[in-house]
Amino acid sequence: MADTPADLYRTTRLIRRFEERAVELVHKGVIVGGIHPYIGQEAIAAGVCAALRPTDIITSTHRGHGHVLAKGADPAKMLAELAGRSTGLNKGRGGSMHAADFSLGIFGANAIVGANGAITVGAAWAARRKAGGNGENTVGVSFFGDGAVSQGVLLEAMNLAALWKVPVLFVCENNGYATTLTVEDAVAGTITGRGAAFGMPATTVDGMDPQAVLDAAREAVDRARAGNGPSLIECLTYRYDAHHTWEHKARVRYRDNDEVAQARNTDPVEIQAARISPVERAEIDARIETVLDEAVAFAVSSPHPDPAGALDYLYATGMRARSGGGW
Amino acid sequence: MPRLSYQKALNRALTDELARDPDVFVLGEDIRVAVSNVTAGLFDKFGPERVLDTPLSEQAFTSFATGAALAGMRPVIEFQIPSLLFLVFEQIANQAHKFSLMTGGQCTVPVTYLVPGSGSRTGWAGQHSDHPYSLYAHVGVKTVLPATPTDAYGLLVTAIRDDDPVVVFAPAGALAVREDVDYADLQPVPLGVGRVHRAGTDVTVVALGHLVHDALAVAEEMARDASIEVFDPRTVYPFDWDGLIASVSKTGRLVVIDDSNRTSGMAGEIIATVAEQCQLTAPPARVTRPDGAVLPFALDLDRAVQPSRAQLVTAIQGVMKDG
Repeated sequence: MADTPADLYRTTRLIRRFEERAVELVHKGVIVGGIHPYIGQEAIAAGVCAALRPTDIITSTHRGHGHVLAKGADPAKMLAELAGRSTGLNKGRGGSMHAADFSLGIFGANAIVGANGAITVGAAWAARRKAGGNGENTVGVSFFGDGAVSQGVLLEAMNLAALWKVPVLFVCENNGYATTLTVEDAVAGTITGRGAAFGMPATTVDGMDPQAVLDAAREAVDRARAGNGPSLIECLTYRYDAHHTWEHKARVRYRDNDEVAQARNTDPVEIQAARISPVERAEIDARIETVLDEAVAFAVSSPHPDPAGALDYLYATGMRARSGGGW
Repeated sequence: MPRLSYQKALNRALTDELARDPDVFVLGEDIRVAVSNVTAGLFDKFGPERVLDTPLSEQAFTSFATGAALAGMRPVIEFQIPSLLFLVFEQIANQAHKFSLMTGGQCTVPVTYLVPGSGSRTGWAGQHSDHPYSLYAHVGVKTVLPATPTDAYGLLVTAIRDDDPVVVFAPAGALAVREDVDYADLQPVPLGVGRVHRAGTDVTVVALGHLVHDALAVAEEMARDASIEVFDPRTVYPFDWDGLIASVSKTGRLVVIDDSNRTSGMAGEIIATVAEQCQLTAPPARVTRPDGAVLPFALDLDRAVQPSRAQLVTAIQGVMKDG
């Protein structure tokens, strides 16, 4: 568990700079299809993952780069995945919204809002029961946004988790908007009320503060590991950048510039930076730039996958699908 | 020799796999008391950790199974009603099925979805009478449709052992079928290997699921007029194209009887593939549910939209007339 103030700063800063580099690569056309930038929300991934063990399991969302990096994925392989290269985490088959590294307990980002909750509950349940395995104390974390709390399947998943005391954290990143729809226009009652309805502890924390998130996550993780079941943590946060990089061209208007500027005054990177020495910060920053320079170089110099293998991995058994082009 | 019922065959397959592999577990609605009969005795034998009664949360427990499979287990879900396969289409087609490719082969999702009683159950009306195997074949989920108790046993065992998601449709119309079987002869049946139930030389009738039994009855009735080969693909996806082409290459005529709606149903795919690869003596024919069919409640109406033996006879006579 890397959970010192310097660790939290390093992860927060890494995600920030990774995302800024990724946005540049979108604009340059290296990353096709765009991304959902995590900029502004870094404290949540950093704080929660600092409370986890390598064997713990996470699932993520369309805005998932932060979680995947915070759980330990190699930034170079991650960036190569975003660029659709065969050296990527998923060999270029998943892209931004599906990055996964099962060797690190990263059971994938998921592009359907709210879909990952039940998958996490099943994975955490199984890890605990897996015959002959060492998953006795494994904890699962499902990250999702405020939009997901309107998805029935997520609420069903909370019910299952509470009912069967599955060691899971439901981490809601409430950034105020489901794409363009405000929480006020989408959520009746409260987000924590949904957790409370299933009899699980549900708390709201400052999602801009990595340490506050870590403290809340640690309590929930301890509870889950001890066999006392799931918790819900609502992290109040703000997305600085677009819902998706298409907004950089489309100019969809749903929040005014003042609101964004105001929110940027509360910066998780700066909040955590204030907890370490300037010298330490400079060292970490320099190291991150080196790592990311190498990551970008690795991604752009990596080969594109061979189209002949477009349906490789479609079936785990290696079964081949019929071709679509004549016979 | 003991008489093996279709339901008992499914029950035996579940029992054997639960006993053989500690990673196998079964979940679903009302399965402890075995409302469908298929899970009878499993709860007493294997306990609550391996036989899980779920709340009525089909979408969540379907993805719960995906998660458990990603973590190394082999869940088998029983769905009480075939139309629930529409409700969980996202969880199977868009989640479980896509994990292997999207992760570049990092994981497997060995989940079996068992639908004991698919198709019309006689009197259960519009929302309990679908038979959506063509839909699952279309998206590329492995889909099996056993017609007999021995194939039900063998294909369910194979489905559970397969590393991909597999849907097992046990047709309501086949659940009453019994077979004289020596239990020692029960064995896994590979996916994608069809079975010729009756050999013939004039026309190949491809029959899916319970309609195999109708096709065999019709073939017997018409035996004096035509030598009919009855081909049962057993697995609709992957399909035994080689087996089918071998049969049609011999007979030169093709009729398909398929309990799917007509548009984009398996019958259309079977005829298209044969047309691409074989020189037919006569234009092929298919007997299906009508386009867009919703099964009406009243029994005569229910029967009116299901493929019938009379329609099959007419279709066979039609293809025999030509050429």
